[in-house]
Amino acid sequence: MAHSATAPSPLSTPVTAKLPNKLPIRAILPWAAFFGLLMLVLLYFVGAEQGATSLFSGSGVHEWVHDGRHLLGFPCH
Amino acid sequence: MNSVTVRALLVRGMLAGLAAGLLAFGLAYLIGEPGVNAGIAFEDSRSHEHGVEVVSRAMQSTAGLATAVLIFGTAVGGIATLAFCFALGRIGPFGARATAALVAAGAFVTVCLVPFLKYPANPPGASDPDTVGQRTILYFGMIALSVLVAIGLIIIGRRLAGRLGNGNAALATAIGCTAVIAAAMAFLPAVNETPKDFPATVLWQFRLASLGIQALLWAAFGVIFGFLAERVLQPHPTRSAQGATEVPGTA
Ligand SMILES: [Zn+2]
Repeated sequence: MAHSATAPSPLSTPVTAKLPNKLPIRAILPWAAFFGLLMLVLLYFVGAEQGATSLFSGSGVHEWVHDGRHLLGFPCH
Repeated sequence: MNSVTVRALLVRGMLAGLAAGLLAFGLAYLIGEPGVNAGIAFEDSRSHEHGVEVVSRAMQSTAGLATAVLIFGTAVGGIATLAFCFALGRIGPFGARATAALVAAGAFVTVCLVPFLKYPANPPGASDPDTVGQRTILYFGMIALSVLVAIGLIIIGRRLAGRLGNGNAALATAIGCTAVIAAAMAFLPAVNETPKDFPATVLWQFRLASLGIQALLWAAFGVIFGFLAERVLQPHPTRSAQGATEVPGTA
């Protein structure tokens, strides 16, 4: 993908009064950086902790979320 | 003001994800647990060495399952809300509800359906426990690739739309992305570890249940979050939307 993601869009959609405004990227980025990472950490504990890699020793986390891990599609045993 | 809007949307997105997770947990308990139990029964019939049970089956299938699905719902709800914030007003002339529905549908296809086609969900006993490291890398790699292709689709589609018109641009990028995904799936290593005598019905029904759980979760998220987001973005003049975080009882 050689295209730059930051180039302005040539497409200007007709804006009607009822459509919500765009949210500025600058307003989203801090939330995206912090909460995006936090959510990914949560997903890691549901989907992979004490499977392929372990941050905590033992298998308590793995065993507790085990059925969800299988049913949500994550690799397990 | 806009940062406040993002925060308000994020709170509602995570609550919508939690509510969607609750529904998905109900479905998982009803149609998913039989497959998990059948897989464990198959394992037990092959090996008679039982390890120490860290968490009982009764807890795994209820509180444990609920923990996993609710955390999953909340987390993907938060991430999908961030995608919604970027998408709003940038993917076409869509309002809050339509954008929420498109983001939810796109997320289901991108992070669930496409990876599933190459590395589908497996019940206990249908995989080799020793390869979990490799399978985890392949599975998350497939999700990452799918997300990158989806983002590429949106960027290229928006550029083509100016020249080809919306319909042709959507068609052209969809074909291009399908080709990229298909090529990647052809080259990525296959995982075929299911024991020959593993019951096919269990495998098939487990996978169907897994897809159904994800489909319900994403559909519920799209509807609930669309409803909540619309109220944030178009506050009714007579009702103060500030402060109170309203959550619908259930969908
Ligand atoms: Zn397992």
